[in-house]
Amino acid sequence: MRLLRLFPDDTKIPFMRWRKWSFLASGIASVLCFVVLYTHGMNTGIDFQGGTLMEIQTKSGPADLEGIRSQLNGLGLGEVQVQSFGADDDVLIRIARQEGGDEAQAAVVTKVQASLGDSVDYRRTEMVGPRVSGELAQNGILGIISALGLIMVYVWFRFEWQYSLGAVIATLHDVVLTIGFFAVTQVEFNLSSIAAILTIVGYSLNDTVVVYDRIREMRRKYKRLNLVVLLDLAINQTLTRTTNTALTTLIALAALVIFGGEVIRSFTASMLFGVLIGTYSSIFIAAPVLIFLDPQLAGDKSTKKAEDDAEEAVEPA
Amino acid sequence: MLYFSRWKVTTILLTIFVALVVLIPNYLSSDQIKNYWPSWLPGRQVVLGLDLQGGVYLLYQVDVNDYKQKRLKALEGDIRQAMREDPRIGYTGLGIQGDVVQLKIRDADKVDEAAKRLGNLLNPLSTGALGGAAVTEFQFDQGSDGLMRLGFSETGLDKRLGTVVQQSIEVIRRRVDQMGAVEPSIQRQGSDRILVEAPGEKDPARLKNIIGRTAQMTFHLVDLNVSADEAAKGNLPPGEILLKQKEGGMPMVVDETPLMTGEDLTDAQTSFQSQTNEPVVSFRLSTSGARKFAQVTTDNVGRLFAIVLDDEIISAPRINEPITQGSGQISGHFTVETANDLAVLLRAGALPAKLSVAEERTVGPGLGADSIAAGERAALIGTVAVVIFMLASYGLFGIFANLALVVNLILIMAIITVLQATLTLPGIAGIVLTMGMAVDSNVLIYERIREEQRLGRSPVSAIDAGFRRAFGTILDANITTLIAAIVLFQMGSGPVKGFAVTHVIGIVTTMFTAITFTRLVVATWVRYRRPSVVPL
Repeated sequence: MRLLRLFPDDTKIPFMRWRKWSFLASGIASVLCFVVLYTHGMNTGIDFQGGTLMEIQTKSGPADLEGIRSQLNGLGLGEVQVQSFGADDDVLIRIARQEGGDEAQAAVVTKVQASLGDSVDYRRTEMVGPRVSGELAQNGILGIISALGLIMVYVWFRFEWQYSLGAVIATLHDVVLTIGFFAVTQVEFNLSSIAAILTIVGYSLNDTVVVYDRIREMRRKYKRLNLVVLLDLAINQTLTRTTNTALTTLIALAALVIFGGEVIRSFTASMLFGVLIGTYSSIFIAAPVLIFLDPQLAGDKSTKKAEDDAEEAVEPA
Repeated sequence: MLYFSRWKVTTILLTIFVALVVLIPNYLSSDQIKNYWPSWLPGRQVVLGLDLQGGVYLLYQVDVNDYKQKRLKALEGDIRQAMREDPRIGYTGLGIQGDVVQLKIRDADKVDEAAKRLGNLLNPLSTGALGGAAVTEFQFDQGSDGLMRLGFSETGLDKRLGTVVQQSIEVIRRRVDQMGAVEPSIQRQGSDRILVEAPGEKDPARLKNIIGRTAQMTFHLVDLNVSADEAAKGNLPPGEILLKQKEGGMPMVVDETPLMTGEDLTDAQTSFQSQTNEPVVSFRLSTSGARKFAQVTTDNVGRLFAIVLDDEIISAPRINEPITQGSGQISGHFTVETANDLAVLLRAGALPAKLSVAEERTVGPGLGADSIAAGERAALIGTVAVVIFMLASYGLFGIFANLALVVNLILIMAIITVLQATLTLPGIAGIVLTMGMAVDSNVLIYERIREEQRLGRSPVSAIDAGFRRAFGTILDANITTLIAAIVLFQMGSGPVKGFAVTHVIGIVTTMFTAITFTRLVVATWVRYRRPSVVPL
């Protein structure tokens, strides 16, 4: 049986030659993410804003969105969003945070249920009060920062500080672009989105660490090799692994996006995006960034030879 | 790396076997487990999260301000009482100012005596034994001109809040137990919150109604000399208040000080009024309550008394004759269910402070079932797709990897079952994601073996080097992923925590299967086939 191979053996793709372009592209993309984030903001869900979310299903035939909307607008609950959710008899209702604290907030569900009555099936109700929503947002940000910090420390212990910094730069890049994904698509940003970002952080680092591992091994083996050549070699050698793992993960995620249901679609879709970005960043950001962080080794071999040799003497084999 | 001692092989196979046994109860009904499954074997089933089986998640917040106001009001009353004692101390301006009660002593000579009396009202919560300072609920400071201010002491308030939360939990538990049917978990969260989770609850509105009511029942005499309209304009006689009536009845003016409270009740039951057959709540009073009630009804024959629940008049019957037998009925256009609920509330007692819902998540059983179906479908399709890809990419070794994948899945589910971790929809997503990422270890190993072989090593030596060299990488890569997943577990709640749980378990089992099971399979294959070339 002939086995499937996406790349031939011994590829010599000059990834490092494109580093200026990849940095430029990532830089522009990151800036764009911030711009969109600033101009359009994120579609933060009730987890972080407070408010009420209800998923209902009509018992007979497709839902009359316009009718439901005008009916709920009559309740005087402020901003009400009514939209179809997956199927045409499935409706998602979002009601903005109420003035007047927890009590007014808690009354919303009862009011909506009294208004819509028994003609619909209440599939899901979520209500988050103003105080809790603030804490959830704070915890989420804290979680991402502490995860990045801990991982930085781990990589620093296992490798060297340049790798640690490089890994964090690449991961931050992924986080920024994923946040940009939420800002551009206006997919709801909620608690599970934080979970998605943390998973992406984990995946992207996993990928980066595998590449770094190979770079470290090669540097021990070929001490005199120019860093650019060495990075290219390391990436090419791990290329099949990188793409195969990305592919199996993407296959699993795609199954989740398509078949996993509407409730977790924002979660799975953002992870799909993040895994793509994470794979890109391991090759095009994490590796070439080492050239800047370790300029001594990146320079022309002939002129830097003396320094190289000096370092070699210090470095344990 | 390719040699396995006999006991190692046994351990690996035994682990998988035990995992399989642990999984079996998940495919049995609870009746089957009870009747046929040996009791000495683990009979646990996977715990499904609220999002999969439907149910209610309610986070209650103790209304600290409401509680403080209540306590300050009581303190104000106590101060009035204390100053009235013989010899009377004259004062002016007694009232609640923000978080303190203040008053001004008229006569400078009596300031010391007043301070002494106020000192008795500080309500010690713990004695100063063991060298610690005594903790009192209140503290007071004395200004110039006989000004006295009493407010909460910080530790005192914390301590009281702790008790309030504890008492609230007990009351909620009593109420829910008496409702029957559901088995919610009720626990304290943080300093002033209570989390109630009721999986499988089908009537969240009723549950909320039962838990959230303060259920402070009081009986007040009605003053019919003042009309509600007059009172609404602010013309209230001192010591009287205006209360609204349930279901749009006329508001009434009543005495502010209740004749009796719910604490005087010993029992409450639903019954039916003999003439109208209308559901009513009959109550029984404690001995002291009965005496009080007899006295009041004797003195006030012909007047109305209002039965008030949480500042809302339920009914206001006329006292036709003295009630001396220590029991009575509350009628108020109840249905059987509302009468039942009121009886439950009265039996379980009032909450010591007002609770408000800070966060609520409810999932109906229909959505839960749909989510399980969607999760299962996605898991099946995702796993099959990964299996096909691995088979196409690595042939025989792909089969090894797929075997490892199945073992991995068995281990994950077994650990979830044993730990009784909650499986949520994002948790299923975590398992599917693990299926995708799990093959990474095998890919790393196989690619390494391929490389080593191409460098000219013999099959055995290449496989050996492949496993050994890939090991460090697998460890580093998985530990970084693990760190992110553990942080997620720490901060997450509900469904997100479910994701973190399966993700963490998945990473651990993945490392286990890659390092032990795959290696064992490959080693066995090498031993029996003695390959001249590794087919990678």
